[in-house]
Amino acid sequence: MPAFETFLQAIVNGLVLGSFYALIALGYTMIFGVIKLLNFAHGDVYMVGAFVGFGVLSLISGVVGAGWFGLSIAILVSMIAVGCLGVIIQRVAYQPMLSAPRLSILITALAVSLVLQNSALSLTDGKYTAFRTDLGFGGFEFGRLFISHQAIVLVAIAALLMIALELFVSRTMYGRAMRAVSIDKDMCRLLGINVTRVVAITFLIGSGLAAAAGTMAGAYYGSIWYFMGFLIGLKAFTAAVIGGIGSITGAMLGGLILGLLESFGTLVPFIGSEWKDVFTFSILILVLVFKPTGLLGKSEVERM
Amino acid sequence: MSTATGRATGLIDRLYATFESPRRQMLLMIAIVFVMAILPLIMGRYTTTIMTNALLYVVLALGLNIVVGYAGLLDLGYAAFFAVGAYSIGILTAQFDWNFWLAIPPALIAACIAGVIIGGPTLRLRSDYLAIVTLGFGEIVRFSARNLEITGRASGLSNIPEPSLFGYVIDSYVDFYYVFLLLAVCAVIASHRLYHSRLGRAWLYVRHDEDAAEAMGINRVRVKLAAYVTGSVFGAIGGIFFSVNLGAISPESFSFEQSVLILMAVILGGMGKIPGVILGAFIIILGPELLRDLGELRLLLFAVIMLLIMLLRPSGIWPERRN
Repeated sequence: MPAFETFLQAIVNGLVLGSFYALIALGYTMIFGVIKLLNFAHGDVYMVGAFVGFGVLSLISGVVGAGWFGLSIAILVSMIAVGCLGVIIQRVAYQPMLSAPRLSILITALAVSLVLQNSALSLTDGKYTAFRTDLGFGGFEFGRLFISHQAIVLVAIAALLMIALELFVSRTMYGRAMRAVSIDKDMCRLLGINVTRVVAITFLIGSGLAAAAGTMAGAYYGSIWYFMGFLIGLKAFTAAVIGGIGSITGAMLGGLILGLLESFGTLVPFIGSEWKDVFTFSILILVLVFKPTGLLGKSEVERM
Repeated sequence: MSTATGRATGLIDRLYATFESPRRQMLLMIAIVFVMAILPLIMGRYTTTIMTNALLYVVLALGLNIVVGYAGLLDLGYAAFFAVGAYSIGILTAQFDWNFWLAIPPALIAACIAGVIIGGPTLRLRSDYLAIVTLGFGEIVRFSARNLEITGRASGLSNIPEPSLFGYVIDSYVDFYYVFLLLAVCAVIASHRLYHSRLGRAWLYVRHDEDAAEAMGINRVRVKLAAYVTGSVFGAIGGIFFSVNLGAISPESFSFEQSVLILMAVILGGMGKIPGVILGAFIIILGPELLRDLGELRLLLFAVIMLLIMLLRPSGIWPERRN
């Protein structure tokens, strides 16, 4: 039954897309949780992650090859390097602005995004860079349904990272501190929690997860370019909002929901692939307007 | 901050203070407009065309300034209003053979409707959500222009006829220079009048303390909506004359980058301050021309400058001062 197989294929595609969204959405949600900042530059951090991963893989592919082992090292190095970049961005650009009006810090975040994007643009001349790997094109076939090994492994890695994060946040001291800071920063300071360090760790982890997603997306889709973070950053933000910004489980859930929605959206004849992005943005606007707290978020009163 | 920069800032501030009095500002403005008016007589075609573009940006930046600077609402999709104006005129004149002047009112009404659509349901949102919604709206407008038949899909609209006024066809580059100079002067006067109006004071109040403003009897949703609609009218007027000047428009003229450039003009110059915003618009257009040799690095340079301004002089080059 081809219709049923198309349906299953859409689920598979949606899961892959959704796990990329989820990994990026986690960064948005965590950073939002601790300093209440919508980090516009997060999508570009993902892009930088893809380029660093690509660079590392090209350097080591002569020694270890560009297979799964090489890619894992690339992901790991990219996560660490870009995580540090995230901390630097936070220290240089956001830390001095924390007491400034909200509009100023938002514009600062936008400026950071433009700096990252245009640095990559100048370095690559705005061309697509081919991300070559030797992961093979094997997979499982069930009739017309095809699930590549790549898709399975990437979803598995994403799931592993998310489980690790969940454990970190719920079980460790810093995870507990992170949750506390997101509730009341001043109180945490009074209780002797090193808030600055907690914020730094949040940026480290959030940016690291985005870098992992960037490297994985590069390997999966086969090419990277300086503007790749813009649209996916917006969509991951949509995912974070759908799940409820500030909620970690919500970000994972929102990512998967958005991935599936998009993947099914292209099946609906009226929407089609050319209207895919309009569809996503409409969802974003509808969720923000009618349910800004998302599925799992807490409502909060804000003075703008 | 080191003494050297401290002294320099002091000097600049004193220079601004010289122009703080309304009379001097007025004289300065008249002098600038006079110089601008004789400019095409001296300059060649190339410079005049660039100056025309700079004047367009003055109109757009002043429009966005009403939303961001006056009302304090971050709009990242301002190019959408610019697009609505440009496409309305393009569709009506090129596809339906309307007279240009008759097509202006529907184009402005379309822009107002766009302003209400984006503003209406979203103004109760927190500020960063609002920024994202406007960004999403801007992208929806661009994607729609790229996918719809009536907007000419990706290739856009061409053969938009030149307008004529009492039998005189406005078509040369000098004609359009003067059209945009006139628009820019009107935009400056309108911005100035709005700033000192009852509505302008309501915007200021809402920007500083929304709850207090509400408690004082200001209907904040209506006031913010007014900012959006006014801003969208400015943007649409820019778009209307942009499309007849070029004779052709395509979706890529209205990208996110365009919105960011207009926003940069507002921020560089100083949010809320009319001379600052004009200065910002000129820097945004003339800067890249002067830095042409840098190629793609100039965008990076702009981004770095924007970041430094936010960190070191957050109120812009010529900041607002209001007691």
